[in-house]
Amino acid sequence: MPALELRGLCKSFGGLQATRNVSLRLMPGDRKAIIGPNGAGKTTLFNLITGIYPVTSGQVLLFGQDVTRWPSHRRTALGMARTFQVTSLFPRLTVLDNVLLAITGVRPAKFVMWRALSSYKDVYEKAHRLLDGVGFLDRKEVEVRSLSHGEQRQLEIVLGLASDPKILLLDEPAAGLSSGESAEMVKFLAKLDPRLAILLIEHDMDVVFDVASQISVLHFGEILETGTPRQIHDSPRVQEIYLGTG
Amino acid sequence: MRDTIKILSVVLLLVALLLVVPRSGSFVVLLATRAMCFAILAMSVDLLLGFTGLPSLGQAAYFGVGAYLTAILATRYHIGLGWDFWLVVAAGMLVGAALAALFGLFALRATGVYFLMITLALGQCVWGLAYRWNSLTGGDNGINVGSRPNFGLDLTDETTLFFLVFGFFATSLAALYVLARSPFGRSLEGIRERELRMQILGYNTWLHKYLAFVIAGAFGGLSGVLWAHINGHVSPETVVLTTSVDALLMVVLGGAGTLVGGAIGAGIVFALREYLSTLVPWWQYVLGGVYVLTILYLPTGLMGIPAQIRQFRVADGKGGRSGKVKPLASAPS
Repeated sequence: MPALELRGLCKSFGGLQATRNVSLRLMPGDRKAIIGPNGAGKTTLFNLITGIYPVTSGQVLLFGQDVTRWPSHRRTALGMARTFQVTSLFPRLTVLDNVLLAITGVRPAKFVMWRALSSYKDVYEKAHRLLDGVGFLDRKEVEVRSLSHGEQRQLEIVLGLASDPKILLLDEPAAGLSSGESAEMVKFLAKLDPRLAILLIEHDMDVVFDVASQISVLHFGEILETGTPRQIHDSPRVQEIYLGTG
Repeated sequence: MRDTIKILSVVLLLVALLLVVPRSGSFVVLLATRAMCFAILAMSVDLLLGFTGLPSLGQAAYFGVGAYLTAILATRYHIGLGWDFWLVVAAGMLVGAALAALFGLFALRATGVYFLMITLALGQCVWGLAYRWNSLTGGDNGINVGSRPNFGLDLTDETTLFFLVFGFFATSLAALYVLARSPFGRSLEGIRERELRMQILGYNTWLHKYLAFVIAGAFGGLSGVLWAHINGHVSPETVVLTTSVDALLMVVLGGAGTLVGGAIGAGIVFALREYLSTLVPWWQYVLGGVYVLTILYLPTGLMGIPAQIRQFRVADGKGGRSGKVKPLASAPS
């Protein structure tokens, strides 16, 4: 059963068709990428999948279940997580608090009002494990707003992983990173659980070609072409979109 | 460790309050009683403003229904003047919560300044009812509550009333503190910082905000019940916009997101108001000046002073002094 399936997804903002009839299947363990020029509708597509925007027509299915009309938080509960292109952390909270919030989001304990969060040993242990994995343990008490951009991008992904998702949507994880940092990011993504399904939006072609086994090209909200990194790389149509016909 | 120190210093302050106030004369006792009652209201505003990021300008509504409920029950049905005072306390909290549950459905459709406007409008609806519904509320004249409850503790004695209100205040502070540190309380902070991310992390943010709104309503109702007996008179003046503004400004003055800040703010506002009004006729200007200076130079309130000093020190190297410290020196403290 596909972890995520999109069936004929369309979205219009007034007269602008931002997403046109997008269909896509993501099986557990799949590593797929969506590329496309600026304004192709990549982030809009993510916002439809995660329920931030209502769809105009079409369906979103998570593990065979139609979640098209579900609010974001219920989709997350089914095992979906995403990161944001523009870093979207809790700037005035500490690194540790950011991760703690991400962990409790999918636990019933989030409604508990009479017991201190700090008494949840398992949540803290998990947070420490996650932070240790990215080498952030020494900075756990630092407010997130004083981290570097690269560190914030990494924390973005840690927050995405904190809920133990089965599907991870990565919106330009390497945005604004140096080439060295991008390479680190690729290594980090390669180490993730092989059963995790990843859908990636990315501008950095090195990241895309290293991480994804299948790439779809989005242009004016429409999937033009789908194939292996090699096929996409050699496709004349893709070159046309990116480089123009001259 | 730092948490332990914070808790200890608050407990010490409370004990000091308990020891000093009853020996300082009836005027101070009265003042402290009133301030603590408003402190509960201010802390309920802080739960919304400081923790959830919702600037409520309608908290007087819940305060008002609590107060009117107490007054009406006492004068018409003689309920709440004996041991059943405790029932009225529970009823006041329930009515406050119920009204907040209704108003929350409208108010939480908006955020930021629009939330402020809607809560203001809803609050004024309650004021309008209090003013116009003559048969129930006594209209502009309001209701004289008359005698105070006597259930073993005779609340007509001002010092006894002080101790009772102190008990409610300390309990509310403790309860809200536990709430603020719970997973639910922390989720409110997350919503304040970035609501969209919280939704993506799996939180039903509307529900969390709604629950916070209802809880704040309950504490508003509680402070209203106490106020009816402290003041002895309930009128549209009790529910008017000024009460909401006062509560909001107390929180801003003391420091939003700290709970204790709201209580300190309440103390300062009442002290300034009561003392200054006996000294000078233009005391309101002083209060206004204090507000302006706080918002300009101490956006984090009085409770934010230590953090600001720390920040200046870091900015200046090690404990050095420079012109940067000036704004602090001119701020009220």
